[in-house]
Amino acid sequence: MSFVLSEEQELIQETAREFVRSQGSIDALRTLRDQRSEPGYDTKLWREMADLGWTGIPFPEEYGGAGLGHAELGIVLEQLGTRLVISPMLSTVVLAGGVILEAGSPEQKQNFLTRIVGGEAVLALAYQETPRHDPWAIATTAREAGGGYVLTGRKTLVLDGAAADHWIVAARTSGEPGEREGLSLFIVDRDTEGVSIESTFLIDSRSAANLSLDGVHLGTDRLLGELGSGAEVLETTFDRAMVAIASEMLGGIQEVFDQTVAYLKEREQFGVKIGSFQALKHRIARVFCEVELTRSIVTDAWRALDEEDPARSKIASTCKARASDTYHLASNESIQLHGGIGVTDEQDIGFFLKRARVCELLLGDSSYQRRRFAELSGY
Amino acid sequence: MSDPEDFRRETRAWLEDNCPASVRAPVADIKYLYWGGRRAEFLDDDSQVWFERMLERGWTVPDWPVEYGGAGLSQSEQRILQSEMRRLNCRPPLFSYGITMLAPVLLEYGTDEQKSRFLPPIARGEIRWCQGYSEPAAGSDLASLQCRAVLEGGEYLVDGQKIWTSDADISDWIFCLVRTDPSAPKHDGISFLLIDLESGGVSISPIPLISGASPFCQTFFDSVRVPSQQRVGPENGGWSIAKHLLQHERAMLAQAIPGVRPPKRSSLLDVARRSLNTPQGPLPDAGLRDELVQLQMDRICYRATLARNTAAVRAGKGPGSESSMFKLYVSELNQRSEDWRHRAAGTEGLGWDGEGFDPEEIQATRSWLYGKASTILGGTSEIQLNIIAKRVLGLPD
Ligand SMILES: Cc1cc2nc3c(=O)[nH]c(=O)nc-3n(C[C@H](O)[C@H](O)[C@H](O)COP(=O)(O)OP(=O)(O)OC[C@H]3O[C@@H](n4cnc5c(N)ncnc54)[C@H](O)[C@@H]3O)c2cc1C
Repeated sequence: MSFVLSEEQELIQETAREFVRSQGSIDALRTLRDQRSEPGYDTKLWREMADLGWTGIPFPEEYGGAGLGHAELGIVLEQLGTRLVISPMLSTVVLAGGVILEAGSPEQKQNFLTRIVGGEAVLALAYQETPRHDPWAIATTAREAGGGYVLTGRKTLVLDGAAADHWIVAARTSGEPGEREGLSLFIVDRDTEGVSIESTFLIDSRSAANLSLDGVHLGTDRLLGELGSGAEVLETTFDRAMVAIASEMLGGIQEVFDQTVAYLKEREQFGVKIGSFQALKHRIARVFCEVELTRSIVTDAWRALDEEDPARSKIASTCKARASDTYHLASNESIQLHGGIGVTDEQDIGFFLKRARVCELLLGDSSYQRRRFAELSGY
Repeated sequence: MSDPEDFRRETRAWLEDNCPASVRAPVADIKYLYWGGRRAEFLDDDSQVWFERMLERGWTVPDWPVEYGGAGLSQSEQRILQSEMRRLNCRPPLFSYGITMLAPVLLEYGTDEQKSRFLPPIARGEIRWCQGYSEPAAGSDLASLQCRAVLEGGEYLVDGQKIWTSDADISDWIFCLVRTDPSAPKHDGISFLLIDLESGGVSISPIPLISGASPFCQTFFDSVRVPSQQRVGPENGGWSIAKHLLQHERAMLAQAIPGVRPPKRSSLLDVARRSLNTPQGPLPDAGLRDELVQLQMDRICYRATLARNTAAVRAGKGPGSESSMFKLYVSELNQRSEDWRHRAAGTEGLGWDGEGFDPEEIQATRSWLYGKASTILGGTSEIQLNIIAKRVLGLPD
């Protein structure tokens, strides 16, 4: 992958575009929102996505996957982002699936990845505990006891956490909150005793749960990866997930931008199209530049991950920061340039604004990413 | 020279034998290249030897026809020559606006007579040209220019003023836009004239800049007589020629000039480390640190955009609309970087000259100030935004 799509990639893009055009719409999202019920996504649509092979894109063939790269995953997510399609792609395939692929034992991979690829299981990664992304702030503990572990703590913003069949929980087996060392990962089944779920819906209508773990007993076979090595696994997975989210964001950014340009050519005031006002021309031309830069860095991040570029963590942070800032800007500008209609629920723009804010905060907004970039660069 | 590999081999051997060792290194600034002209001086003896040898082969302007002083190289031969020169780090033997801006226009619109009269002296570095487009009242709105030329018995009588004429004080001739029909719509009354700056009635005065340098001038024309044979293209047909030339100018501004490499400066991070007295580890000023990351991220995104554009062109799928933002974005990004650098340096950045200040920082201060011009020249940032809105986004006038 070097900026220009291959024929196979173009085919994937075309399939995804067609699928989203025929199946995804903001009206479908409105319906989902108004229902406000679990699982929070359209199960029939999810089934079709699995049948198209999208749940298997990043996984090796031995688990039924396609063994493709981050570029192919990003291409599909970008298209899903254009219509704000809600699905467990991020929670199950990118986050939980990513962690299992990275750290799972052969049996764990066989068991979980095969079911993820088949669209048979939804998994959720429970890592966050603080209002802002701060991956090492984890206070949830996993105490060794009776040949196993006992987990206690609270998790927030667990995407698809209420619908999930399994949760992957990050907990502290040593050290203090704030320390990178001492984190371990555990697989917790849905019906496990001591877990209580509080189902919530985010502003963008996605479902995310709060989990309480109150002395949850787990066997040693529930440990995912080596004891105490959770941070490395999370960090690798987060780099990939940041790029995946940015890919979805890119789709939404382009859509909100295109709709705004179209509106500038259509709406008239003072007897002329509002797009003839230079104040608006310059505002939208600035957004255009940001959209182009975002497209470039997202595409470059696909390459960096697929080639295992040594600078990939910095590129991933740059990519997530850019996508966050551009989606923020493009959705804000879009509302202002639409005038009153922009703040109505009838207009679609508001849905993009809400998705922009959720995506922005997931895995760290741009100020978090800049701090991380500085740390990775040694200053 | 049909076989490209033969051509490459011969070229390489000739360059190795003929390019003096001291010329196989970049210069720090474009002004140290050999620009030619009546008052030209060579940087040193080797530069002269190199120029003369290249001139003899027609390689000061290798792709021009032989009759005008070039070597008539095909595009692919020209590329081979460039790559072999790069391999040895050879400087271009001659650089000038005559070559980069005027010649493409003469080759396209000039009469045979004009080509044989004006092109060979450019190839031989005898005449240095400058650009007389802008006027005090005609900047971004170039087509409103008023410098007047009236045809009287085979001669134009030129009266008026040009401004921001880069290097006019060290040039020999000027290519000028003049108004030949004041009653026509503004784009339809402009002609393109070539004027000898030694003609009676021409006067030139340099304009000092905030950086202390004075790279451009005001140029006055007081009843200057210009033979009508020195008009390129039809009378009142100068505007399309003017635009054609601007395309060549922007192409020149967008690319790095071979053989010129600014001296290596401390990185932005080093500047902050020095002024914050923090040789390693986290910078203690969180605000400066955050701004520095933003600049670095912007640069990464911009480079990725250039790379995406190059890849698309190479794959036969571009250039895409992204190319319309290059001049705007990079000139502003460079300016923001220079601004940051200057502020981060603290008091070191406030020195103008003399003892007591780090020479590198004095230089940086000058380049911060000079950099202010980059968002103005070659079409201001606002004009670039207008172009994006109109050409790329298709917004109405
Ligand atoms: C270093 C340097 C070298 C130069 N060399 C040469 C040279 O060799 N020969 C030559 O002919 N010229 C030269 N120029 C002149 C240059 O082309 C002009 O400065 C430029 O075109 C802008 O014109 P102006 O300075 O009159 O500014 P103006 O056009 O007066 O602009 C003033 C402000 O108004 C804004 N503005 C103007 N029109 C619009 C619009 N339609 N919409 C929105 N905003 C607008 C501009 O963006 C700017 O912010 C040089 C300039 C510099 C700085």
